Amino acid sequence: MRKEPSSSQELRKSDDARGMPRRIALVRREAPAQLLEDRSELVTTAPHLLLREVIVFQICVIVLAIVSILFDAPLEGIADPEHTPNPAKAPWYFLGLQELLHYFPPIVAGVLIPGLVVLAIGVMPYFRVNWESTGLYEQPWKKTIALVSGIVAVSVVIFVIFHTWVVLVPTLVIYGLMILPGLPFCPARLRGVLGRVHLADWIMTWFVIVAILLTLTGVFFRGPGWSFVWPWQGGTQ
Amino acid sequence: MKLEKMITGSRVWRSIVRHGVEPTNRNRVLTVVQNVFLHLHSAKVRRRNLEFSSTYYLGAVSLILFAILVGTGIVLMIYYHPSVPQAYNDMKELKFVVGSGMFLRNMHRWAAHGMVIVVFLHLLRVFYHRAYKPPREFNWVVGIVLLLMTLLLSYTGYLLPWDQLAFWAVSVGTNMVKAVPVLGDRIRYLLLGGNVVGESALLRFYVLHCVILPLALTIGVGVHLWRVRKDGSVAGSSGRKRG
Repeated sequence: MRKEPSSSQELRKSDDARGMPRRIALVRREAPAQLLEDRSELVTTAPHLLLREVIVFQICVIVLAIVSILFDAPLEGIADPEHTPNPAKAPWYFLGLQELLHYFPPIVAGVLIPGLVVLAIGVMPYFRVNWESTGLYEQPWKKTIALVSGIVAVSVVIFVIFHTWVVLVPTLVIYGLMILPGLPFCPARLRGVLGRVHLADWIMTWFVIVAILLTLTGVFFRGPGWSFVWPWQGGTQ
Repeated sequence: MKLEKMITGSRVWRSIVRHGVEPTNRNRVLTVVQNVFLHLHSAKVRRRNLEFSSTYYLGAVSLILFAILVGTGIVLMIYYHPSVPQAYNDMKELKFVVGSGMFLRNMHRWAAHGMVIVVFLHLLRVFYHRAYKPPREFNWVVGIVLLLMTLLLSYTGYLLPWDQLAFWAVSVGTNMVKAVPVLGDRIRYLLLGGNVVGESALLRFYVLHCVILPLALTIGVGVHLWRVRKDGSVAGSSGRKRG
């Protein structure tokens, strides 16, 4: 059933609830691969899945209990608005953002960047380019690489202006790996491995690495006045 | 064995669990579809999707951690007053007076940190497996909302001990809200119930943390799991298949 229904073959709809609906599958050319029938083996949820869930639950509780016995949750002195610790740090999962705040104006680091990241990740599955199962170099790639290179070039200039080295370095490393398969001196085996990576994976991996590095910097390498310290130097004043 | 038969054969038991207990496929299916909690599952699953590398059980672990957080959180509420300075004194009481109070607080805290990490790993797993591809794209969006709610839950809970760590972390965070154009100051005022982090902020964060956000997250998780079923069960790594 690959044909689009033409006007003469239009499906008749009936409002009669007693009628038996006819099963019609219309698989269009651009239909997602998931429509292909999955014929792999089925097992009953009880007990196969339920048993595994119980085991996972038990592992979670045991691990948490052990951690809770070994490590106490932190508690400092009572909240005192008169006495600001230096540095005052947000919870660890926001320290990547706080680290960005050190480089960019608040409207950029606190609103624009997190907003755009959430938006980009949220709408990502609606773009066909992110469904592809062919690697970046397994399809016409020159235009894509040119576009990415342009974006990277602009970003690099911005990162240099704002001294954002912790973002600049991983950006250049990932970009280097990404363009490597297109370069003539790239060994064939490496080209085979890197060339299979999808564009979406390159971008996500870049984002994850940058986010982790920013967070680690904020957690371990920031001391009084948000200056650079080594983790063993002790943070707060 | 006889006792088991007596119990499972009794009228009371059969009024609760209507299907038999013999290990037949029919009874196994009925176990799931006749139970209001279990029927969020489909009656059958692909064996392939049970493999560890298929999902790493990250969604399950997220939900389990949330359940542990609700459980420990409710007990903690019994010992907690969202007022200044009693909130801080309650932390001390949990440590020195309440039996296993510190253990309870530790469980809640580490589970909370764990949940933030595991939910993020869950997002990465779904991404790298291409499990967001149609028809699952909307459930990905639901998942993003759940991730944001997880962060907000963790963040609102961060203030409740009312120590220096809590106070200044929330001060730093809510100062970022100021940067939002036009509405920044108003959103911050709405969040804090004032211009500084004080007693009204503590109460608001408490209500958000204990009532509004957990309720919203519970409903969201319901939608998320429902959609997993409606969109054809978990994708495992099948999204990565070539061709």
